[in-house]
Amino acid sequence: MRLDVIFRVAAKIFIPFILVFALYVQFHGDFGPGGGFQAGVMAGAMVIFYAIIFGLEAAQRIVPPRLVELMVPAGVAIFAGVGVVSLLFGGNYLDYSPILHDPVHAQHIGILLVEIGVLVTVSGTMVAIFYTFIGRGR
Amino acid sequence: MVLLTLLAAITIGVVRLRNLFAVVVLGGIYSFLMASVLIVLDAVDVAMTEASVGAGISTVLMLGALYLTKTEEAEPVHKTLLPLFVAVTTAAVLIYGTATLPPFGIAETPVHLNVAPYYLENSIPDTSVPNVVTSVLSSYRGYDTLGETTVIFTAGIAVLMLLKGRRQVKPGPKRRRISS
Repeated sequence: MRLDVIFRVAAKIFIPFILVFALYVQFHGDFGPGGGFQAGVMAGAMVIFYAIIFGLEAAQRIVPPRLVELMVPAGVAIFAGVGVVSLLFGGNYLDYSPILHDPVHAQHIGILLVEIGVLVTVSGTMVAIFYTFIGRGR
Repeated sequence: MVLLTLLAAITIGVVRLRNLFAVVVLGGIYSFLMASVLIVLDAVDVAMTEASVGAGISTVLMLGALYLTKTEEAEPVHKTLLPLFVAVTTAAVLIYGTATLPPFGIAETPVHLNVAPYYLENSIPDTSVPNVVTSVLSSYRGYDTLGETTVIFTAGIAVLMLLKGRRQVKPGPKRRRISS
């Protein structure tokens, strides 16, 4: 698999675009289709793609398994943390309006933060499951 | 209609084939067709999820699982009559259930009468987010999405425990950690 030069060259061309598209889906989710979940799957798929073509060790040098396993709870913590922040500002749980002076802008920021939480958990879970799955076969 | 016919053809192929590799590939094709159906129904967000999760990740994970097992499905041990009966009965009940559904795309269905108009009218003034799907998911129903994220978290942790836990029970020559 490692000697397949076509795959390696194609992957090197594709992977940056996959990442850019995942980030586009993430941050453009307010205006077009997509959001944290889809972007998280794409980012996870990028790491999996890299691992399939360049081998598990190469992928784990860039995205270490410890980081991935940390991302799984970290995303939920970000999401729940945004809720706690809005509690501290005197609003209801997960009501973003009181975070900033302008409630509409605050809603926008809150949605962005929450989507980042979803992205972190989803991509972490996908890659973590893939790592353990492939790690068993050796 | 063409897409649904193709879906049916692929389902028959999945049922008939014994080569699991072909079944996994057909499963990916099925997901892509399903995504196309969802695009036709104007559910772009769902289509995107179906394409990335159904066709992408689950195909890769199935191939990973295939790598650990044999690629040919074993012949069934029991008679297939009982499962066939269960499947046909379930399908009949579901088809019977669709008979009382309101016609497709009609505006007076309960889905379009309760909270949906509120979301559609107030999404821009409340959140300045033009994509109503996003504003409903992360703002109006943020609590549900938090639960959804927690479900992914729980599922991920459970799978990791199942796959990694067995290593420590049987310490042997293959105890090498994955990180090494």
